[in-house]
Amino acid sequence: MPLLFIGIPLIAVVVLNAFYSWPDRRIALWAGMAAAPIQLALAIADTVYCLQSGGKLTSQYIAGFSVDLFSAVVLMVIGLISFISLLVAKNTVKEGRFSFGNAILLLMMGMNGIVMVTDIFSLYVFIEVTSAASFILIAINKKRDELEGAFKYYLMSALATIMLLLSITFLFALAGDTSYSAIAAYIGGLNGNYPPALMASMILFAAAILVKSGVVPFHTWVPDAHSSAPSPVSVMLAGAVIKVSGVYSLMRIYRDVFLYDPALGRVLSLLGLASIVIGALGAIGQTDIKRMLAFSSVSQIGYIVLGLSAGSALGFAGALLHFFNHATFKSLLFTGSAAIVMQTGTRDMNKMGGLGEKMPVTAISSIIGFLSMAGIPPLSGFWSKLLIIMAVWKISGWLAAIALASSILTIGYFLLLQKKVFFGKPAPDMEHVREGPGSIVFAEVLLSALNVLTGILSPFLLVYMQGKNLL
Amino acid sequence: MIILLAGLVAAAICCVILQDLLKASIALAGLSAILSIIMFILKAPLAAVFELSVCAGLITVIFVSAVSMTRVRSKDEASEMAKARRKRFVLLPVLLIVLLCAALILIWPHISALIPYAGVPMGGQTEQDIFWNQRQADLIGQIVIILAGVFGVLIFFKERD
Repeated sequence: MPLLFIGIPLIAVVVLNAFYSWPDRRIALWAGMAAAPIQLALAIADTVYCLQSGGKLTSQYIAGFSVDLFSAVVLMVIGLISFISLLVAKNTVKEGRFSFGNAILLLMMGMNGIVMVTDIFSLYVFIEVTSAASFILIAINKKRDELEGAFKYYLMSALATIMLLLSITFLFALAGDTSYSAIAAYIGGLNGNYPPALMASMILFAAAILVKSGVVPFHTWVPDAHSSAPSPVSVMLAGAVIKVSGVYSLMRIYRDVFLYDPALGRVLSLLGLASIVIGALGAIGQTDIKRMLAFSSVSQIGYIVLGLSAGSALGFAGALLHFFNHATFKSLLFTGSAAIVMQTGTRDMNKMGGLGEKMPVTAISSIIGFLSMAGIPPLSGFWSKLLIIMAVWKISGWLAAIALASSILTIGYFLLLQKKVFFGKPAPDMEHVREGPGSIVFAEVLLSALNVLTGILSPFLLVYMQGKNLL
Repeated sequence: MIILLAGLVAAAICCVILQDLLKASIALAGLSAILSIIMFILKAPLAAVFELSVCAGLITVIFVSAVSMTRVRSKDEASEMAKARRKRFVLLPVLLIVLLCAALILIWPHISALIPYAGVPMGGQTEQDIFWNQRQADLIGQIVIILAGVFGVLIFFKERD
């Protein structure tokens, strides 16, 4: 079963390129649009299986891949976001559709690999696959600012790669193996008496992964890469890539390999809090709609890191739920911004205004996305933030209070964006603006429904998980 | 060994500071050659062969062919850029060297304790066993990354109609 998550996109890429002269070059987009829902369905089946049995699925044919509940949820996110990204691409990507479809399939393979491996070196290999595919996608149109965004991401990734490799070398030398279980057994056996090389490798690993996650102070590449990339790539980056190659890896390693090390937890909680506040303050100062959303990603990822840093099952559940919710509401907002940029031809919010009448579906879905992000009940973001704040409250009341108060900043930039873009009188040159194309509207409605549905179902799911001793 | 390590650092510095890209890529090849000798001394012959053939051989060929496709800047342009760069980054090398020395002094005692691990035999396993049976996930990752590389080259270097 786990092999299918790599096999399906791989077969799609091979078949697409074995017959290079397809009459319609959009075939690659269609192939991606077929592969993503299949992945979504398989991941949902895996999630239900893991939730009921509490076990995990291991690949029978290829050593080194396995899927547990955590991986299954993330695989679901990858399938969903890839599908949404391709829906957006259908109308926004005009040139190079064949290459675009192929690159998205490669990106899916890379991310699926990250999620399923059980070895830190394999994790590194698939993080590199994901990064390579992301550079290509960001700079796919070869425009100057796209190349600049991709280059900044590339430089930061190169730094992360060096730190990651150094850390893996130390861990291999210390534990004699690179599998998660062997390193965890080695660390567990030390009873907190860590040699300096282990501490150095923990710091290097965490720093490398935080670069990929875009957590403060490693967030500088996030706004450039997100705002300069083509719209469907921004959806993919914000919804899946930074979260899978960064946040997922951090969550997996911190829980399963570093066994919730308390000293690292304290550092993570401070960085998480800094991300929440600085990301939100950064978002308030933006006039470019995509840069604002990118800064808001930095802020929301801060919440995930903060929840994780609590070092408890409750904090982890909150972080995972926020992982899923952030994927849905942030890709909803980026999809909305794709429609707006496509119809108005600008990313500058000061030039917009009164678009609520012209683009009602985008306006309403954007409000749902933002309310969810700000943690307004009963939308999905409320439940995940509640779990995170509850978990952090047990560690430190101050941290929880600051994180809670920062939600006001989220509402601040939400109101700013809504006022500038959707309310007021339409600007004179915005008269011609109409609602976005069907595929984008479909994506917006789907994601809005998912946000509301997850919000309504979350309490039942949490009660069920508590019954299964998963919280 | 110390001479080799010093040579490695010297080659790395040459590679970064040399203005002529062709010379810089040759310095990189020299770096790889020295590194492969070090690997050979540390009883990792397979890694040494890979390093020598891929990094010193193949990558240098690619670099040299890429550099040969570029245009050399005129002297005025080059001197102006160098001046601007010198103004901005004059402190960077000094800062880097100080930081590196401090890090080495702090970390060296701990790293030297790890060195005996290098070259420890892998419990009688052969390289084939490790590559094809234990690291299958990495092999799949490599296949995908090669595919990604091919698409990258196709997208960035193919002129659209």
